Amino acid sequence: MPDDTAVRTRTIAIEVLRYQPDEGAEPRFERFDIPYTDDMSVLQGLQYIKDQVDASLTYRWSCRMAICGSCGMMIAGIPKLACHTFLRDYAPGPLRVEPLNHFPIERDLVVDMTDFIEKFPTITPWIEPKEAKKPSEGEYLQTPEQLERFEQFSHCINCLLCYAACPQYGLDDKFLGPGLTALLHRYNVDSRDGAKDKRMELVHSEEGVWSCTAVGYCSEVCPKLVDPANAVNQNKTASAISWFTRFLPGGK
Amino acid sequence: MSARRTYVRPMEGWWTRNPFFMKYMAREATAVIVYLYGLLLTWGIVSLGNGEAAFNGWLAWLKSPLGIVFQLVSLAVFAYHTWSWFVIMPKTMPPVKVGGKRLSNAAITGTGIAVAIVMSLAAFVLAGRLS
Repeated sequence: MPDDTAVRTRTIAIEVLRYQPDEGAEPRFERFDIPYTDDMSVLQGLQYIKDQVDASLTYRWSCRMAICGSCGMMIAGIPKLACHTFLRDYAPGPLRVEPLNHFPIERDLVVDMTDFIEKFPTITPWIEPKEAKKPSEGEYLQTPEQLERFEQFSHCINCLLCYAACPQYGLDDKFLGPGLTALLHRYNVDSRDGAKDKRMELVHSEEGVWSCTAVGYCSEVCPKLVDPANAVNQNKTASAISWFTRFLPGGK
Repeated sequence: MSARRTYVRPMEGWWTRNPFFMKYMAREATAVIVYLYGLLLTWGIVSLGNGEAAFNGWLAWLKSPLGIVFQLVSLAVFAYHTWSWFVIMPKTMPPVKVGGKRLSNAAITGTGIAVAIVMSLAAFVLAGRLS
C-alpha cells in the first residue's frame, strides 16, 4: 500500500464545539489542525480527529452518502450533512462545526432529538387505506400524476436540518415543525390514504401550521430537495378554507 | 447510567447570525411602513370628506419636504416588500401545472414581479392623465 501522508500536506483548522456533560462546564470551541485532501468530507475530518487526535470526540454518522440523515450539524453556521460537505471549500479555516441548532446538546456534536421522535407518531406517518382490500383483490393502483403529488415529500430522511433552520421551532418547540409537516402532507395527498381528517386536527392546532411565519429557510437547507415550507403553507390554505367552510352544510 | 445533562443554547440575536434571517426580518419590518402609508391614504380620504380646505391641506403635506421624503422611503420599502413576497410566493402555493408540466419557482416569482411592474406603471400613467 502506498503511503498517502505525502499527499496530505495541506492542513485545515477545525473548531469543534465540545460539550462534556460529566465535566459540568459550558460548551467551548476546541481547535484541531488536521491534514486534508480535496476529496475529504467534513465527516472524514471528524473521523480523522477521532482516530488520530482525540478519541473522545462524539458525533453521529452512518452511511457517509447523504441517505441516512445521521450527520447533520452546523457547518460554518449553516445546517448541513457533514458527509455531504467538502473540507476543501472551507480551507484553510478555521471552520466552525457545531451541533444542530435548536436542539439540546447531549454531548459534543450529538443533539437530543427526543422531541422530534415523540412528535413523529402524532402525524400518523403511515397509510390508512381509504378502502381496505384483501391482498387477493390486487394492489392499490396510482397514476403518475397521483404519485407526483406526494413524491418529493417522501424523500425526507429525518436529518433535522430543517428544524435547525427554523427560528420558530427554536423559539418555541411546541411547533410541529417543517420536516414532520412535510411528511404529514406526503400522506394527506396520497390517493390511497383515508386518514386526512385525523391529521388535519393537528394541522389546525396552534402547534400546527400556524406557528410558521414563512421564513422559508427550511426548504433552502434540505439536502433531499424536499420543500417543507411549501407543505406547511399549502396546509395553511387548507386549514383556512376548512375553518370557513365548517359554517356551510356539509363543511368540516 | 448517569443522568442526562443536556445543554440548551440561547436564541438571543438569532436573526443576526445568518444573512438569510436578516433578509427575512427586513421583509417583516416593511410591514411598518406599509401600515404608515395606509394611514396616510386614510388621512387623505377623511380629508376629502371634510371639504376642499382639508383636502388641500393633505395635498400640501404630500408636497412638503417631509411628505416627499416619506413617499420616497415608502417607494423603496414597497419595492423590497413586493420583491421579497414574490420570492416566497411559490412556497405558499399548490403546484401549478401548465401544459402538463409543473411551473418552476422562478417562473412563478418572475410572473408576480412582472405583473407588479406592469400594474405600477399603468397606475402611474393613469394618475398622470387624471391630474
